[in-house]
Amino acid sequence: MAKIIVVTSGKGGVGKTTSAAAIATGLALRGNKTVVIDFDVGLRNLDLIMGCERRVVYDLINVIQGEAGLNQALIRDKRTENLHILPASQTRDKEALTPEGVEKVLETLSQEYDFIVCDSPAGIEHGAQLAMYFADEAIVVTNPEVSSVRDSDRILGLLASKTRRAERSEPPVREHLLITRYDPNRVTSGDMLTLEDVREILAINLVGLIPESEAVLRASNQGVPVVHDMDSDAGQAYADTVSRLLGEDVPLRFHEYQKKGLLSRMFGGGRR
Amino acid sequence: MKLLEFLKRERKKSASVAKERLQIIVAHQRGQRDQPDYMPMLEKELLEVIRRYVQVDQDAINISLDRDNDCSVLELNVTLPRDE
Repeated sequence: MAKIIVVTSGKGGVGKTTSAAAIATGLALRGNKTVVIDFDVGLRNLDLIMGCERRVVYDLINVIQGEAGLNQALIRDKRTENLHILPASQTRDKEALTPEGVEKVLETLSQEYDFIVCDSPAGIEHGAQLAMYFADEAIVVTNPEVSSVRDSDRILGLLASKTRRAERSEPPVREHLLITRYDPNRVTSGDMLTLEDVREILAINLVGLIPESEAVLRASNQGVPVVHDMDSDAGQAYADTVSRLLGEDVPLRFHEYQKKGLLSRMFGGGRR
Repeated sequence: MKLLEFLKRERKKSASVAKERLQIIVAHQRGQRDQPDYMPMLEKELLEVIRRYVQVDQDAINISLDRDNDCSVLELNVTLPRDE
């Protein structure tokens, strides 16, 4: 049986797809059979971030509607063993995504994979609710910024009431906080919420902290999940996050203000 | 001297303002989290009924639902204006 992890946030643009891609890749790099599913019907992006946009033939909706087999729609990742991508449809409308259809797909995948990572669309509507409905665990991606934190709290409310686990009164979905785009310099100057602030307000367990990093845009430009860039701070931070998801106790990094030395100031040894 | 005072003036950091605002809004959201979907409508209609008799403000009415094991208590609090 696979563990189903939803990557969600409520607010758009906080790094859901980047995180879903990096975490799924990280899980696969650690030897887990992993599939990552794009639930953003109509606005798919996961294929771009994973660098497989030109290999999309069939998608999740095709599978649900019986127009293609699951194995025809699954794309094998070229860089990483044990990793598959199930893209979303670019054209169909969202209503084509049915709970019964999704359940069947997840059940079938569950037989073969260790982890199923669901990349949720933004918002709290149909697509987002379906992405989280069958989840065992949830990664709530949050920027240290007021609207993102408030939306994350709304999502926590939905996770507690609108999931299969909640409806069946099973043990609740395990919630993890992932803080992204964290800028320790701005935190130090008092213009950004600290990670303790965010954790205190949302009152859930912190699974990772990703610093604001140039590596993220570089990775998406190239279609290579940032966790492959292990020289970068963001790549290492995602690798740490994956370790914690797997139950390892890894100390937090990249949350403290690094004073620039004279040399790096002179030669512009910028953040990686 | 004025300039020196201006420079030394402690400005409230924006992050702490953000935190205070969030704590209030999140507490409010959580209060509404467990209530049934009909509550906002019920609150609105009750307010209309009360207003037929007494002029009260929107925030003079407070409604909440507390659930115990085997029963629910609907609590309605209305602050009436003082008699003239």
